[in-house]
Amino acid sequence: MDLEFLIKYKMFYISGVQNTLLLAIFAVFFGVMLGVVLALMKLSKKKILKAIATAYIEFLRGTPVIVQIYIVYYGLPNVVPFELPDMVWGIVALSLNSGAYVAEIIRAGIQAVDKGQMEAARSIGMPHNMGMRYIVIPQAFKNILPALGNEFIVVVKESAIVSVVGITELMYRADTIRGITYKAFAPLMVAAVIYFIITYTLSRLLGIVERRMSAGD
Amino acid sequence: MIKTINLHKHFGSLHVLKGIDTHIKKGEVVVVIGPSGSGKSTFLRCLNLLEQPTDGEIIFEGVSITDPKNDVNLQRQKMGMVFQQFNLFPHMNVTANVTLGPIKVKKMSKEESGALALKLLERVGLPDKAEAYPKQLSGGQKQRVAIARALAMEPDVMLFDEPTSALDPEMVGEVLDVMKDLASKGMTMVIVSHEMGFAKEVADRILFMDDGIIEEEGTPKEIFENPKSPRTKDFLGKVLY
Repeated sequence: MDLEFLIKYKMFYISGVQNTLLLAIFAVFFGVMLGVVLALMKLSKKKILKAIATAYIEFLRGTPVIVQIYIVYYGLPNVVPFELPDMVWGIVALSLNSGAYVAEIIRAGIQAVDKGQMEAARSIGMPHNMGMRYIVIPQAFKNILPALGNEFIVVVKESAIVSVVGITELMYRADTIRGITYKAFAPLMVAAVIYFIITYTLSRLLGIVERRMSAGD
Repeated sequence: MIKTINLHKHFGSLHVLKGIDTHIKKGEVVVVIGPSGSGKSTFLRCLNLLEQPTDGEIIFEGVSITDPKNDVNLQRQKMGMVFQQFNLFPHMNVTANVTLGPIKVKKMSKEESGALALKLLERVGLPDKAEAYPKQLSGGQKQRVAIARALAMEPDVMLFDEPTSALDPEMVGEVLDVMKDLASKGMTMVIVSHEMGFAKEVADRILFMDDGIIEEEGTPKEIFENPKSPRTKDFLGKVLY
């Protein structure tokens, strides 16, 4: 395998990785914010909030990401009156998608906390919100954090798909090199290996954090 | 102190409480006994509105707590609750479990609540476990911490929902001893229990519940030695041997 292209195009890979990480970090960050709101809506007693959150989550999880990306990238700029860089649309699309998954992670994490915990909090006179804040959420956090780490890994991998709308992340860059050099196998293998290094490192780090947390139990 | 008037509770189509009228007086120790499914736990949980009664009224210290206008959180501060499954907060140590209510709900200072916690832990015989986490404790120790946690709010009444049912037999005694001590100091207590010996010893009044109603009530002597209702006789015949 001729790896000469690596030296020539290494800046392509470096900027590609930067954009991939940027996409993933922001998408998970906004995805978590959206997910918290959706999860609270879904756990809410108000039927209308619950219905909106449920519909959103079901729709986003039940349609292909690539369709969502097209809608956001080609559709949204038609209806919003401002212009944004491509990267931002990529982040928006991935965040909207990730938010639906994060919402389910958070909801499940909260519901996994034993019902008796809230009852105990209420019976020492705590209002519901205080019980959530001091008793339920801290315990739910332990259930949620590992799953959120996994979600981050998923988003790193899924972010490759925004290359279809020309966002210059790792996959797009690898494909560019393929176009320039007329070689497909080696440049794409390099991209695959880079993705793997990122996700493998993340899952190792996650393992360490999880062990730390269960040690504190 | 606590008065229930025609209390009803439905779970869906299941009619669990079918009109409970009773009056728990200050300083009284009331033990609720009865077969499983008779509604005794539901009755207790209604008293501090962990279960919302479907009908009827509960008046606690002259305030109707079933009236949605009244702040239930305020009333709950004066009603300590001890659960079968302890429900200690596993992410906090024993002291934090006990002081959480005083600090967050009553806005007590850390120093003051710390001193209070130490006093209560001494009272339940666990001063050396102040820094321990719930998972490091035995069942009996957990339940004693749970009692200390409830007492930390300085309640006017203590509600016990089968406090010894989840314990290994050798740990029942230590929890009952703490409860006897409380009773002897004049605490108003409502206890759902299967410990008939304990009921006989500490209760001022026994409520025998069956099928959602108070089938019979009276002093331990009346209930245990001279039960009137055939259902009470039948139940006691099965549990006393």
